[in-house]
Amino acid sequence: MEKFIKLISTAVPLPIENIDTDQIIPARFLKATDKKGFGDNVFRDWRFTKDGTLDASFPINNPQYAGAQILVAGDNFGCGSSREHAAWAIVGYGFKVVISSFFADIFKGNALNNGLLPIQVTPEFLKELLAGIEANPELPITVDLEKQVVDTAFEKAEFDIDPYKKVCMLNGYDDIDFLLSKKNEIEAFEKERTIF
Amino acid sequence: MGKTLFDKVWDAHVIDTIDNGPQILYIDKHLIHEVTSPQAFNELEERGITVARPDQIVATADHNTPTENQHLPIKDEMSRNQLQQLTENCNKHNITLYGLGHEYNGIVHVMAPELGITQPGMTMVCGDSHTSTHGAFGTIAFGIGTSQVGQVFASQSLLLNKPKSLRVSVHGKLAPHVSPKDVILYIISKLGTNAGTGYFCEYAGNVFEEMSMEGRMTVCNMSIEMGARGGMIAPDQTTFDYIAGRKFAPQGDAFAKAVSYWKTLPTDQDATFDKEYHFDAEDIAPMLTYGTNPGMGIKINGNIPEKGDMTFEKALEYMNFNGGDQLLDTPINYVFIGSCTNSRIEDFRIAAAYVRGKHKATNVNAWLVPGSQQVAKQLEEEGLKEVFEEAGFALRQPGCSACLAMNDDKIPAGEYCVSTSNRNFEGRQGQGARTILASPLVAAATAIAGKIVDVTKEIVA
Repeated sequence: MEKFIKLISTAVPLPIENIDTDQIIPARFLKATDKKGFGDNVFRDWRFTKDGTLDASFPINNPQYAGAQILVAGDNFGCGSSREHAAWAIVGYGFKVVISSFFADIFKGNALNNGLLPIQVTPEFLKELLAGIEANPELPITVDLEKQVVDTAFEKAEFDIDPYKKVCMLNGYDDIDFLLSKKNEIEAFEKERTIF
Repeated sequence: MGKTLFDKVWDAHVIDTIDNGPQILYIDKHLIHEVTSPQAFNELEERGITVARPDQIVATADHNTPTENQHLPIKDEMSRNQLQQLTENCNKHNITLYGLGHEYNGIVHVMAPELGITQPGMTMVCGDSHTSTHGAFGTIAFGIGTSQVGQVFASQSLLLNKPKSLRVSVHGKLAPHVSPKDVILYIISKLGTNAGTGYFCEYAGNVFEEMSMEGRMTVCNMSIEMGARGGMIAPDQTTFDYIAGRKFAPQGDAFAKAVSYWKTLPTDQDATFDKEYHFDAEDIAPMLTYGTNPGMGIKINGNIPEKGDMTFEKALEYMNFNGGDQLLDTPINYVFIGSCTNSRIEDFRIAAAYVRGKHKATNVNAWLVPGSQQVAKQLEEEGLKEVFEEAGFALRQPGCSACLAMNDDKIPAGEYCVSTSNRNFEGRQGQGARTILASPLVAAATAIAGKIVDVTKEIVA
């Protein structure tokens, strides 16, 4: 997993609530057996019109947000299916951070397992941030994981992250390595249990 | 202080607690399928590690399988390859696979309980958010991402923070024709799609106690639609009777011993929850959704709210409904009875009882997709297949089918589908498709009438 320490980037606003993982990556694109290529189809049915052309009115397609590595989305982002393909699609498109006022559990875990930082902010901060980006699409946003701070020129907020996950993100560690290091404890547990 | 059902099962599976961090939770059973497992197998390959406990894993093919001509090679190359990889991976790692055509094949959350794999007091995971279904047995069961599938492969355990506890109680007497699906759609319509996020939910009260195991599975299945990673119902005699004699259930003395342990699991009288909600059964009616998330539900003869926020307006525009509208009499061309929510034998019995002697409206395409080969067999044995065929319904082969439309079972753009599945998200059943979630009874009545009808009145008449 890639390390995440600090990022300074512009952001794309997506002020829609309850964005589910079927919108992030529709099921018909889940037939691949590796993790690559999902970025091409992120938000597929919102990014493209029915005839297959890019929908210029969808924020991600707006050239003024080109190159942004932060996605700022409405409440309850990533609800629905557990498909990790949603995290792969967002990372694959080039995002490194998603900011929202609320994340669904499974998506949040999947994001952290792929070096994508989900930052939960207050609804007020989210509203101001969205307004700030709308007023200035080139607004630089600093995300400092070490200090757990998201900072724009006009506002600043601290965010929470599980201390264990923070260490993983900062160092690029993943859970498999950690669990494999616990092999003896796991086997001891298996020996002691009587049920199943 | 007393412990909850969830606490008892969770605490019995904690291997270790990391200082200032998550816990390591032991996983008893791991269910896998073709869509969310291949990348996890690749991960093992890349790291040169093996599957730690293959005998605690069961695989099925369900998400991406055709529901017609399953004996023929799959036409779509990517789908065929995905299923081929599942077979190869299972063979290589000695994992039991109930593949396409196998007598035990079916939707993962239908086949595992019916084989007795799901048992009270277990921890179970699967790379599918509707794993919450198995909580109906008093099991801690939840959906995981593919990275976690890899972690369970490697270690038979997961790193997790213990969720908070939530209890939803429903007491009273349900009106006739109000089904478990209506109960859960009602609860979600009241609590919203994220009330349960960060929590594990226990359903309590006489309404759940009186439900069959099939009904309890329907309720627990949709826990994730209110954000809860899992839902549980205390195991009782109904649970034990369901499990007894099933293929992988404990037998003889082992069963008696298991039951005596399972009886210790229900929540203690003095246990407390982080959050509680109470509902009266009398308030619940057959339900329908009108929007693009499962929380946007109304009673069958109710009205869509007049106004809402931007997300509400966007949903109504997608569904082509107006604020204040009723859904009754809306012409419907597609009906889907299936999915891990409602494709068990009981669901088809209810639908068949209504359909018997009637014929579907000519405008309707009515798809019935049983949850497993065993359900398909029962349909035949009980004569229900004939009832449906005489009524003009198309009986397909088992799979997830039009619930997520990964295969060819897609609802055309712009069409409404009254569906017994679990998600009415934009495009869920096909690009541009408009899903209305409902119970099997409401779906069956819609197919007959060709439009949404008030089932309570239909049946009385």
